[in-house]
Amino acid sequence: VDLALSDEQSALVASIGDLLGTHSSPAGVRNAEETGFDGGLWASLREFGIIEMGVDEAVGGWGATLLDLCLTAEQIGAALAAVPVVEVQCAARLLSRLPEPASLLEAVLAGDCLVTLAVRPPTAGVLSLVPAAGVADRVIAYDGQRLISVGVDDENRTRVQNLASAPLADVRLDGLTELAIGTTAAKAFERALDEWLTLTAAALTGAATSAHRMTCEYATVRRTWDAAIGSYQGVAHPLADSATAIDGARLLVHKAAMALEHDDSRARELAAMAFAFATETARDATYQAVHLHGGVGFTLEHDAQLYYRRARGWARVWGEPRAAYRRAADARYGAA
Amino acid sequence: MDFSWGERNEAFRREVRVFLAEHYPPDLEETVYRTGVSHDDGFVRALAERGWVAPGWAREGHRVLDRFQQHILKTEMTRVDAPTYALETTIMVARVIDKAGSDRLKADVLPRVLRGEAMIALGMTEPDAGSDVAAITTRARRDGDDWIVDGQKMFTTNAHITDFVFLLVRTSHDKPRHKGLTTFLLPMDLPGIETQAVHTLSGERTNIVFLSGVQLEDRWRIGEIDGGWSALMLALQDEHSAAFSPHLSRLIEEVEAWAANGHDDRRPLDDPDTRVRIARWATALEVGELLEARTVWMESFGRVPIAEGPMSKLFSTEAIVRAAEDLTELVGPDALRSKLDPSAVQDGRIEHALRFSLGTTIYAGTSEIQRTIIAQHACGLPR
Repeated sequence: VDLALSDEQSALVASIGDLLGTHSSPAGVRNAEETGFDGGLWASLREFGIIEMGVDEAVGGWGATLLDLCLTAEQIGAALAAVPVVEVQCAARLLSRLPEPASLLEAVLAGDCLVTLAVRPPTAGVLSLVPAAGVADRVIAYDGQRLISVGVDDENRTRVQNLASAPLADVRLDGLTELAIGTTAAKAFERALDEWLTLTAAALTGAATSAHRMTCEYATVRRTWDAAIGSYQGVAHPLADSATAIDGARLLVHKAAMALEHDDSRARELAAMAFAFATETARDATYQAVHLHGGVGFTLEHDAQLYYRRARGWARVWGEPRAAYRRAADARYGAA
Repeated sequence: MDFSWGERNEAFRREVRVFLAEHYPPDLEETVYRTGVSHDDGFVRALAERGWVAPGWAREGHRVLDRFQQHILKTEMTRVDAPTYALETTIMVARVIDKAGSDRLKADVLPRVLRGEAMIALGMTEPDAGSDVAAITTRARRDGDDWIVDGQKMFTTNAHITDFVFLLVRTSHDKPRHKGLTTFLLPMDLPGIETQAVHTLSGERTNIVFLSGVQLEDRWRIGEIDGGWSALMLALQDEHSAAFSPHLSRLIEEVEAWAANGHDDRRPLDDPDTRVRIARWATALEVGELLEARTVWMESFGRVPIAEGPMSKLFSTEAIVRAAEDLTELVGPDALRSKLDPSAVQDGRIEHALRFSLGTTIYAGTSEIQRTIIAQHACGLPR
């Protein structure tokens, strides 16, 4: 057991942190609320190599591990950065693993095509609430038999205003291309979904961490009846529970990422567990952020609501924690 | 980053399991449960022969286990409820004696302890002082070179069978409360000591010890007069390493075994709700094990897990309480059948887990104490 980051990982964390510190801020998050997309920040991350880092060197990437991507995603989440890093990385990795990596991958790596992943299958010819589809050029989806690629434009896309201010859209399956069928398709999609669940769990852990820190800082300075509210157990103890859950979520995310990286037999189970636990943890920590700030936490002016809304939206585009526990059980015991 | 225990440690885990299968047979398990006493002389002697009494204590002629193997040993013994509680308190106190005791006291006591021949119970808590240990009122007053001790000690588990009790008493009344305390090693065969059984929900027997005019020689004192608080802090340092997740692991294992069996020609494990509920607690177990592994990892290179230890204890014990409640409800009416009743489900281990769970969030620092430590040390909140 060794829980330390390598020097390279620490350096990665520092450089992403610098980049987000320079190009992202609560004001930036608010400016991007309308579209859910911060174009300037995305351009900087593209230049940094945020897409290339996720794919193998053999196909023109950096070959970062899934743990490296988790460290990145946690910081994206902590900053509430309005950029589709998790979706694009997952889609690009999926494309790179297909038997014949389509020319599409080249376009994705060149930055000519912003590709995202539909995490749920279509119903009645429509992919609903696809993450990042509001800003994407193309969606990769799995319809139960085929892995498909669908071009997205304003003809077949309906952007949806939503709780998380995320760039969600409903996408009609017009003019699709088949990428793979049968078990190849199923395996590629399930693996991409495992990675999306893990990276989203990392982002949720980041958002929970920031919301929790903000709340703890407030609880040390806000005074009621001549004492800092953080000295009252009714305030301090829920925050202690969240501090514990956040550390646990991070450890579980990292364990899941390592398991996926090594094709461990428990990888799928751990990824689903990490998603469920991080979702619950972020849900609680961001609720506390709103509630423990009191009336001001309920105002739109305060940042607590930014965390509260995203913690729910980022997770619920796929499903509730119970759905993730079901997925974990299917992996643990075999399908029911 | 590496989450595995490694092949060497897994081999050690197998070695421990073989040892437990040999030295902790079902009839001993039943005796331990029936008596409510987590101690067995033969079992402790067998541990001593392996060098597994105080496995991390560096001493002559002893192969020290590294921090990870100590954890694996403890985890495996906890998972099967091996009778080690008297040994744990004994070693906790022996370490205090080693650091703060007189040379004579060390020579008198430590060799016997390390051979597994002398046992020590804890005598800190009193009927009117629990988590606030400094509120104790049991007193020792000077009588020539000796001391006369009067008072009561509560939750002195195993005191009815141990050779000694680690005794915290008030020796000064005119000093601030933390500064008037002294610790002694109390031989249990002195006149004036009466031990009365107190039975608990888990089936564990604990005690209340009445002390009236007990004459105690000064050679049994541990540390300075009125310096008991620092001796106490030495004792509590060991508490970080407690392993609680194995209890949850065992509960889930039993419920999974129940669920995998057919009942009325269908398996509970095929029911979607059952699967979700068990998977939820299996997830909590993963988190509990990871938080525990983190404290062990930190200690392996000398870092004290000031907030991380409490996080581990808090998370696992709260999860055990909630899991036991939810999973006994899941199993249904049959989960009411008691351990040792011939009709009990999974030998009653599921029913017992519910009873047992309630103590875990109380002893070794209540959940409220743990949260307060975490709030101050991890969240930076004011006292």
